[in-house]
Amino acid sequence: MTTLEIKNLQVSVETEDSAKEILKGVDLTINSGETHAIMGPNGSGKSTLAYAIAGHPKYTVTGGQVLLDGEDVLAMGVDERAQAGLFLAMQYPVEVPGVTVSNFLRTAKTSIDGEAPKLRHWVKDVKVAMESLRMDPAFAERNVNEGFSGGEKKRHEILQMELIEPKIAILDETDSGLDVDALKVVSEGVNRVKDKTGLGVMLITHYTRILRYIQPDYVHVFVNGRVAESGGRDLADRLEEEGYDRFLTAGV
Amino acid sequence: MSLLVDDKTHQDPQAQIGGDHRIPDQSRAARTRSFDVDAFGVPTGREEEWRFTPVDRLAGLFSDTATDDRAGDAAAEFAVRASEEVSVATLAPGQAPRGTVLVPEDRGAAVASANTPEALHLAIAADAELAQPVRVDVAGRGAGRRSNAHVVLEAGAHSKALVILDHTGAADHTGNLEVLVGDGADVTVVSLQRWDDEALHLAQHEALVGRDAKYKHIAVSIGGGIVRMNSNVRYAGPGGDATLLGVYFADAGQHLEHRSFVDHNAPRCTSLVTYKGALQGDTARTVWVGDVLIRAEAEGIDTYELNRNLVLTDGARADSVPNLEIETGDIAGAGHASSTGRFDDEQLFYLMSRGITEDEARRLVVRGFFADIVAKIGVPEVVETLMTAIEEELSLTMGRTPAA
Repeated sequence: MTTLEIKNLQVSVETEDSAKEILKGVDLTINSGETHAIMGPNGSGKSTLAYAIAGHPKYTVTGGQVLLDGEDVLAMGVDERAQAGLFLAMQYPVEVPGVTVSNFLRTAKTSIDGEAPKLRHWVKDVKVAMESLRMDPAFAERNVNEGFSGGEKKRHEILQMELIEPKIAILDETDSGLDVDALKVVSEGVNRVKDKTGLGVMLITHYTRILRYIQPDYVHVFVNGRVAESGGRDLADRLEEEGYDRFLTAGV
Repeated sequence: MSLLVDDKTHQDPQAQIGGDHRIPDQSRAARTRSFDVDAFGVPTGREEEWRFTPVDRLAGLFSDTATDDRAGDAAAEFAVRASEEVSVATLAPGQAPRGTVLVPEDRGAAVASANTPEALHLAIAADAELAQPVRVDVAGRGAGRRSNAHVVLEAGAHSKALVILDHTGAADHTGNLEVLVGDGADVTVVSLQRWDDEALHLAQHEALVGRDAKYKHIAVSIGGGIVRMNSNVRYAGPGGDATLLGVYFADAGQHLEHRSFVDHNAPRCTSLVTYKGALQGDTARTVWVGDVLIRAEAEGIDTYELNRNLVLTDGARADSVPNLEIETGDIAGAGHASSTGRFDDEQLFYLMSRGITEDEARRLVVRGFFADIVAKIGVPEVVETLMTAIEEELSLTMGRTPAA
């Protein structure tokens, strides 16, 4: 059982002349096995939350805490956060020329586990995970994210999650830019990992579409850098009908 | 005909260099070529072809001075290892084939030529396919000691050979290499610059590629205070294929300069020029100048040149200048690409967010940067030497702050 606690988190980003405050006190607790959908309009700070938890250098935490089973995540380096069990599936995964997917996956797995995976099992695990995500085996020999389509990038993110087996995963708009078929494949992948490992999920999305395939236990509406309302699945349904207008007018 | 320019990365060399850039006032073909040292003035740094080079540190190599050999103590030790299919002899100045391919194009090469009374002549018999590489190890025996060298490599028709020139130690070394690639021959020349920090090295490597022959020249520059190598090619007939590759890694205080000139003087030949380098540390400096001339008679040729530089820390500088002169439109293709990039923080973040440590992430990125050219080199022992050297270079900067 793992718990990720976000307490009164405040985050700013450096702009040309000053620091701009994006997150204005976020409170959220995610336990193993739970799926929390974070929904909100563009610019509400959803991605900032994801990157701040992962430790991207562009964002400065100005207040609050992030704890993983009581350990201070904010005191950890980017790599240490991943080693502690956090995973961020990125909206825009980065190209790494000359580094093959296969080499990258093995290096990541070795770093997370602290030892190289047993070769025989590893080869099989990679093969099975790729098959379930309907990825061509040739994919393993391509360079990380280089020339990948939008759908391939997202599948590759979920592939990493399946193999790394984190405790808590943050999926940052994993659904954006996917057609329905790809969306189903990716969602199946997330559900598979949840079933297998009891993964806790923070599912950041702009649309309710992905929630047809991944059932959220909680839905949080994110507006202007904080959680404006929390509820169950029904809140998402209401958002689908009403949109974010209600929150935007209230937020001003 | 297609003129392929890589739009994403192409930078106009003039725009890149800024105010001091001068468009060469003459064709590359019109450059002075002579065996006479005095035909070349001592470079001041204002000349087009010397403007990137720290010429003030090269006075010793520009002086028309004999090799500083002493009794039992050569300025540079030469060790040649070759199988019996290779004849090893010497050639006096003017004794063919010496001087039939290489005519010095700058003062350093003229000094080397004039001060090498006995050039090393390696001749590979026609049709011989060498199972083992020919090795010429050049070990400098002291910083500041003048050393002149001239090597003539003559590969007979349809022969196949790998020749490795390995420079270590320190000296003030001017070295010429003259390569005659016979018709249908397949020759790979590797020049390793693994000098100590105090070494200075000027080089002109000149090849004439026979009809339907293949020539590959690989420059690997890791060590040396200043290394300036010209790798030039022209063709003796149609169907020739030339690949000029270079890999360099410059640290603080090093100046590594590579210039290539492909003279497309025959029809239906191809050339591929690829140089990639990494730089780290204050004052680390690299230069690449790639000249390609497509003469009127060079119909149906195909050429591409590319240079990429990866700047790992602040304070390093890479210059990159492709020059393409085209005198006929009737070609299969001609293109070039050049770019210099900093170490990418987003790549680092992405890798680290998967649990990979910063040092390991940097290693992955740098190894990845060189991966395609390493694959092109295709000579296992050279690849191994190179990768080990890259690992050593990287271990020097581990833990330092990356370029911001």
